[in-house]
Amino acid sequence: MTTETRKGSVFAIVQNLISVKINAPVMNKEICYVTCSKTGERLMAEAIKVQSGLVNIQVFESTRGVKVGDPVEFTGNMLQVTLGPGLLSKNLDGLQNDLDKIPGTFLKRGSYNVAIELEKEYEFIPTTEQNATVAAGDWLGHVKENWFDHQIMVPFNLKGKYKIASIKPKGHYKVKDIVCTLKKMDGDELVEVSMYQKWPVYLPISAYKEKKRVFKLLETGIRIMDTLNPMMEGGTGFIPGPFGCGKTVLQHNISQYASADLIIVAACGERANEVVEIFKEFPELEDPRTGRKLIERTIIICNTSNMPVAAREASVYTAMTIGEYYRQMGLRVLLLADSTSRWAQALREISNRMEELPGPDAFPMDLTAIISSFYARSGYAVLNNGKTGSITFIGTVSPAGGNLKEPVTEATKKAARCFYALAQSRADSKRYPAVDPVDSYSKYLEYEGVQEYMKEHIAKNWIDNVLKAKNFILRGKEAYEQINILGDDSVPIQYHDRYWKSEVIDFAFLQQDAFDKIDCYSPIERQKYMMEFILDICNAQFDFKGFEEVQHFFKNVINLLKQMNYSKFESEEFNEYKTKLDEFMAEKRIAGENE
Amino acid sequence: MNTQAFQKVFTSLVTITKATCTVRAEGISNEEMALVDGKPAQVVKIVGDEVTLQVFQGTSGIYTNSQVVFLGHPPILKVSDELCGRFFNAYGDPIDGGPAIDGKVVEIAGPTVNPVKREQPSELIATGIAGIDLNNTLVSGQKIPFFADPNQPFNQVMADVALRADVDKIILGGMGMLFDDYLYYKNVFDNAGALDKIVCFMNTTDDSPVERILIPDMALSAAEYFAVEKNEKVLVLLTDMTLYCDALAIVSNRMDQIPTKDFMPGSLYSDLAKIYEKAAQFQSGGSITILAVTTLSGGDITHAIPDNTGYITEGQLFLRMDTDVSKVIVDPFRSLSRLKQLVIGKKTREDHPQVMNACVRLYSDAANAKTKLENGFDLSEYDKRALSFAKDYSENILAIDINITVDAMLEHCWGLFAKYFGKHEIGIKQVLIDKYWKET
Repeated sequence: MTTETRKGSVFAIVQNLISVKINAPVMNKEICYVTCSKTGERLMAEAIKVQSGLVNIQVFESTRGVKVGDPVEFTGNMLQVTLGPGLLSKNLDGLQNDLDKIPGTFLKRGSYNVAIELEKEYEFIPTTEQNATVAAGDWLGHVKENWFDHQIMVPFNLKGKYKIASIKPKGHYKVKDIVCTLKKMDGDELVEVSMYQKWPVYLPISAYKEKKRVFKLLETGIRIMDTLNPMMEGGTGFIPGPFGCGKTVLQHNISQYASADLIIVAACGERANEVVEIFKEFPELEDPRTGRKLIERTIIICNTSNMPVAAREASVYTAMTIGEYYRQMGLRVLLLADSTSRWAQALREISNRMEELPGPDAFPMDLTAIISSFYARSGYAVLNNGKTGSITFIGTVSPAGGNLKEPVTEATKKAARCFYALAQSRADSKRYPAVDPVDSYSKYLEYEGVQEYMKEHIAKNWIDNVLKAKNFILRGKEAYEQINILGDDSVPIQYHDRYWKSEVIDFAFLQQDAFDKIDCYSPIERQKYMMEFILDICNAQFDFKGFEEVQHFFKNVINLLKQMNYSKFESEEFNEYKTKLDEFMAEKRIAGENE
Repeated sequence: MNTQAFQKVFTSLVTITKATCTVRAEGISNEEMALVDGKPAQVVKIVGDEVTLQVFQGTSGIYTNSQVVFLGHPPILKVSDELCGRFFNAYGDPIDGGPAIDGKVVEIAGPTVNPVKREQPSELIATGIAGIDLNNTLVSGQKIPFFADPNQPFNQVMADVALRADVDKIILGGMGMLFDDYLYYKNVFDNAGALDKIVCFMNTTDDSPVERILIPDMALSAAEYFAVEKNEKVLVLLTDMTLYCDALAIVSNRMDQIPTKDFMPGSLYSDLAKIYEKAAQFQSGGSITILAVTTLSGGDITHAIPDNTGYITEGQLFLRMDTDVSKVIVDPFRSLSRLKQLVIGKKTREDHPQVMNACVRLYSDAANAKTKLENGFDLSEYDKRALSFAKDYSENILAIDINITVDAMLEHCWGLFAKYFGKHEIGIKQVLIDKYWKET
């Protein structure tokens, strides 16, 4: 890799694609800067193709005012992020600029900064000693970042074994200070290590021992996820849904209540006001598990829909790379990207501008491969020191026209293990979260390790109960179809019973009020309690004279169950509603199990 | 747009197509404006010394040696308080016979607001229409379109909303507007005595279709002036965004780009986002709220234009003729305001969210009952009550000709609950029922 800068000049401009004439070697994906001679602004760009001696670069900003002949300077690097203490709670753009440091109300073209404060001092506590043998990713010592020990690690790009030549004693150092010197085991090469390092975003960080099959439940407090379609630590999932189905609300809920140590929200081509909501609310909201403010465990990467399209692709990679960095410290990282379709569209715009032959819906041919290899960067990793860290990735997909057969959804389906399909019909009848209970799935329910984990940590018959509940829902749906075809009177009363029992599960368990203080977050113990109680209702037999009575009865049941959901778990209020409900049902209950 | 001294003039045109021409020229900057034989044009592509220009009014009548004068700047607008009460074309030139505007020159389609410098929208914009205020509350800094069929009265509703809303400036961007509708707006604003707070950028069906791609940027540049520099509350009306997209498709087609779904350009999402995301609540107190119209063909919202719009805007409003009460209502099922959570139950009464949801749920029960009826089944006693409720709700609350406060809407709803349902049937938190239930 050449590191000295080389200069070229602009030859052609079409929107944000510029062709550059240069008489020197250029690396594909190399970062360069175009100077707009008219205004003096330096615009960051990335080489994406070389064709008949010209280098095509995509500029991460508007190219307004650029002229033929304007200078282009190549840096010798790919797009890279700076990794070190101080990233937590930051609001970054897709190229890792700290948005809070940019002056003025508007994002002026060509203003870049380094997100990490290199001059800031931290107290460094070494955890290794001189002469110890280390390799890439090994922990050398740590500094306090917010609430946890931020590990200073052996640079990830080093290959082979190194010996610690010297390490600084406990004390305060600047981020840019050298805290450790490494010597190559079978050579003389010396490497100086400061508290920060750089890493190219398109390459996965793989300085760990191995990746394991996932097995641990990642609690989200959302019943339709945790119980019916559970997500695992290190797992992958996606949420496709037409607009207006509550994709964003669901993602916000996950980001607030998921049992992860660090949440990275990549707002990728979505509405700016949604990010503002996070900016404003997360410093106020508390993490129900630790009591700390949510913002303390959150990093926001923000390329909203009006920010430059070319930086959109970069934004998801920036987010993933930062996630991988914190995973290396043994944290459970949850990465949320809203929405991956916008990223795919950004790829399409560029591919189109480069006049590549298009694939389905004019998306690039290698879309599936790009999406798969991105999802593959998540996982549950065993680190060099035996500790574990994970990246759970949940992306949303915005299918064009709500059609789940479109290329981005199809490609993502191949890559992700959990599928949370948002249904227009459920959103229309305000059944939120509008996750379709029949179409959605979590492949993890089939994993042996997961089943073992559930048995041990929730209940012996947990998976059985989940499957039973799913079956009740399915049968209720079938009964509903029959009722609709044949009419209320013409079907046996059991059909109404079946349908209404599925409605009980739907209203009292699947639906959850994201805007209610209590109901928005349901810990797994509470989910277990409610699931068992509801299954008990579903298994019971009741004495009904006519279908109108069935309706009336279950509406009352649903109402009381909902009141329970709105009450604090096991509070007096909660127990009162429970007793009321038990008494109400006792009148109609007949001995024996249903069917 | 006049030629001035020291502007670059070239006369060697090498290519002329329907909408573009290519001229040999040097020292030209990207997106610069030019005059080709006096016709406004913009640089869209530069390859070496060949500069391709998009000629907004088409290239008929242009010679291979026509004069191409480069103006040295991208599309600009002069902004000042003189804009108020004036009507302009897509280039920002007056069309009302008044004098030219003097003011600060701004490039249109300027930079993006830094998201961390935005304020969270939190001010309710009351319209008096329950389909909006009660079910889909408008918030300052929001962007929301009407999805409407061309025969629906969206222009009237927009004008009503604009005049009732408590804002400092109203900026109307008309794209492909029928001349009659243009006069309608002019009259309505004039009669309401509101002309001094209106600025209007107009491209009617008489003008060239490609010109209209400049309209939203012109309107929003004016809006940014008032919102950012004067800290005013600005409401921007954009109609019809479908015609704007059609113009984009024409341009992209002429630039030989590969079309995507419904023959729209691949960049449609970004193009629309750049416009709609100009809506913002600024920290200084100013705000830009965008109310747009996207006409549908046959109510199809899966078409690329409404589909992409829906993903960008903060909700959408549907108008529907309710044949049971023969009034136009704002459809409670398909309409949505994403920002309503920021104000309902906070700036309005605490029972607002639950009452709103209960009404829509009961209204949906009525819709199911209606389906049953249409399929020839007997209705249960509950179904009948739901149907009566729906009629009452539609006629006395949802209809767009009703103009009442949010509190009155909520009171009305509780009245309807008590009239048609029992407490256990409305699915509202007990504490709220205890407080607001109206015994009949």
